[in-house]
Amino acid sequence: MTIKSLQTNDALCTGCHICQLACAMCQFRETNPKKGALRITGKFPSPGRFHIDVCNQCGDCAAACPTEAIYKDNGVYKVNEEKCDYCLLCVDACPYGVIFTHPSMNVIFKCDYCGLCVHYCPTGAIFE
Amino acid sequence: MNGYGGSVLRVNLSTGKIKKEPLDPRMAKDYFGGRGFASYVLYKEVPAGIDPLGEENKLLLISGPLTGMFAPGAGKATFASKSPATGSYGDSNVGGMIGAEMKYAGYDLIIFEGKAPKPTYLFIDDDKVELRSAEPHWGKGAITCEKALKEELGEDFQIATIGQAGERLIPIACIHHDWGRQAGRTGVGAVMGSKNLKAIAVHGTKSVPVADLKSYRKAYNKMFKFLRESPARKVWVDYGTPGVVEWANEIGAFPTRNFSSGFLKGWEKVSGPTMRKEIVITDKCCFACPTACGKYSHVKTKSREFYVEGPEYETIAMIGSDNGLDDIRDIAYANYLCDEMGLDTISAGNIAAFAIECFNKGIITEKDTGGVSLKFGDSESVFHLIELMGKQEKIGELLSHGVKYASEKLGQGSEKFACHVKGLEISGYEFHRAPAMALAYMTADIGAHHNRAWAITYDIEVGRDKIEGKAERVILLQHIRPLFDIMGACRLQWVEVGLPLDTYPPLFNAITGFDLSWEDMLKTAERVWNLTRCFWVREVPDFGRSWDKPPARFIEEPVTDGPTKGAKMSPKDVEQLLDDYYRLRGWNSNGIPTEDKLKELGLEWVVDDLKKRGRL
Repeated sequence: MTIKSLQTNDALCTGCHICQLACAMCQFRETNPKKGALRITGKFPSPGRFHIDVCNQCGDCAAACPTEAIYKDNGVYKVNEEKCDYCLLCVDACPYGVIFTHPSMNVIFKCDYCGLCVHYCPTGAIFE
Repeated sequence: MNGYGGSVLRVNLSTGKIKKEPLDPRMAKDYFGGRGFASYVLYKEVPAGIDPLGEENKLLLISGPLTGMFAPGAGKATFASKSPATGSYGDSNVGGMIGAEMKYAGYDLIIFEGKAPKPTYLFIDDDKVELRSAEPHWGKGAITCEKALKEELGEDFQIATIGQAGERLIPIACIHHDWGRQAGRTGVGAVMGSKNLKAIAVHGTKSVPVADLKSYRKAYNKMFKFLRESPARKVWVDYGTPGVVEWANEIGAFPTRNFSSGFLKGWEKVSGPTMRKEIVITDKCCFACPTACGKYSHVKTKSREFYVEGPEYETIAMIGSDNGLDDIRDIAYANYLCDEMGLDTISAGNIAAFAIECFNKGIITEKDTGGVSLKFGDSESVFHLIELMGKQEKIGELLSHGVKYASEKLGQGSEKFACHVKGLEISGYEFHRAPAMALAYMTADIGAHHNRAWAITYDIEVGRDKIEGKAERVILLQHIRPLFDIMGACRLQWVEVGLPLDTYPPLFNAITGFDLSWEDMLKTAERVWNLTRCFWVREVPDFGRSWDKPPARFIEEPVTDGPTKGAKMSPKDVEQLLDDYYRLRGWNSNGIPTEDKLKELGLEWVVDDLKKRGRL
């Protein structure tokens, strides 16, 4: 499945991290929320809420990329891993902190609007 | 190893030596993980007869094969040690994130040995493992310490801490995690304190391999689809465990005034819907759980403002109703006090009620309490008792050792209303007229705890005065429910939302590569149950039937009011329940596992050990 937009409602997030499990399964076929291309942050003990950061395909990452490794495909910014030289300029450029790295990889990864997080979110905190 | 982090971390706090060992595949095959590993490692590695708070005891932190996986409620970890509360087998599971996190760092089991010379915490960032000074955190509350470590290390670290209660080696001290989840029971926090271990901080980034990706995805998709579409899930998410209050009260199972009644007048003020309306701000759940039963609360009154996760049903029952409290804000505050000091709310509430009853009967006086008069229904009495226990001041010193110890010291008939089994305080179900639930408490392998066999629904279903068939159901539940703790997943998806049990073996097998039926898996649970029983046989010289009896209150004193008014257990029924239970378990009439049963379960090595000790 693919989605056309990605919205969030922090008040509904329960911090289950199922979205990240689903994302990593979709992108890498692995069980590892650390390879999910979105972030859930707990704000505890005060104010006692979760915060969700997702990609809205703004393209700031692509604009910052010196090697054109991030390209637009049907409204979605994707990564050409061949071209990524792991300079991390995109990580700095992303306003939401949702360009991701992982110790096992030497390229960045990001959300490609596959929509699995929306499908699996049990509360509707992430929606199209 | 499929479904596992693959490594055991052995941390010797005395020498500072940290060793990484491969996980024994035979142990995985026979015990799976969680409390399965706990039963095996404690029996094998902790010498018989040692002091639970001495250097020779070990503290274990364990995940399970389902922990951290794409599986509903895969957020359970187990802490285990020889218990300072009971002097025998002890474990307590905790939700939150730490079980998953340690697995991503590559560890299924962490074994703490010895005692650190100074306050210490364990730092794990994947393969980087260090013992670090916890001196700045020593003396601080459990939540305060978690906050400080998160600020220092980063939000991605998962933290388990003890409060001042654990530092003081109080046998009802818990281990705190994730802003309000606790490994509450059996005094694991005191064992952590006895090792000068203030905290554990874990961050892991590794993927967990699975045996059969396609079957795994098929299995979890089926489970999540079921849960997504279940109407029961919504109710459970709305109210969490406090949703049980109304039902428990209606059937007279809501412990009130030290288990003298099962009915709280004013229960509506502490019910799930009231709590939701009055204080809950966020639904908060454990890892990979679609059924967020955790309720995060914020209370602001003229005199105080605080955040607390909960109160859970057990806290409402034991801190609240059992002490006659009917204000959800007061209960939440007592919950907060316990969480920060690191006291188990179940035991603390039970002990407070015992103390108030002692006060009412003149067994303790204002001289013991620092001039404070104790009353049921008075929140200040409960706050005061929690403070006294947590600081071990005045009568709090005695009380902090639990109702068994305190009643033995106080005498004057207080043993009769000391509500414990095997030295562990009874949790939140009144059972004067609930024989299956009574038997569950009598035979639970850590002492009186509800979650090994929450059999009260069976009492209601088939008739609460009936004895026949109760033992059989309790045994079945004692295998099913702990199996979840062994696998490392939460049982609530099954017991509260109705996820069918037969969805688990396909998932479990796809993850681990094992080829087991549900019956095979229950056999493992039976093996673990027998092994924990043998731990008691090994540790307690006169262990047997007399240790499985309920407190005198439940036999001699009828319920004072409510729907079960006048009910009490008959001594004949107690013996019948135990006769049935031992027979069906294949144990002798004194409740000791037989050689045949142990051999059937592949526990020949335990037969040899107990024979050598003259205990079999």
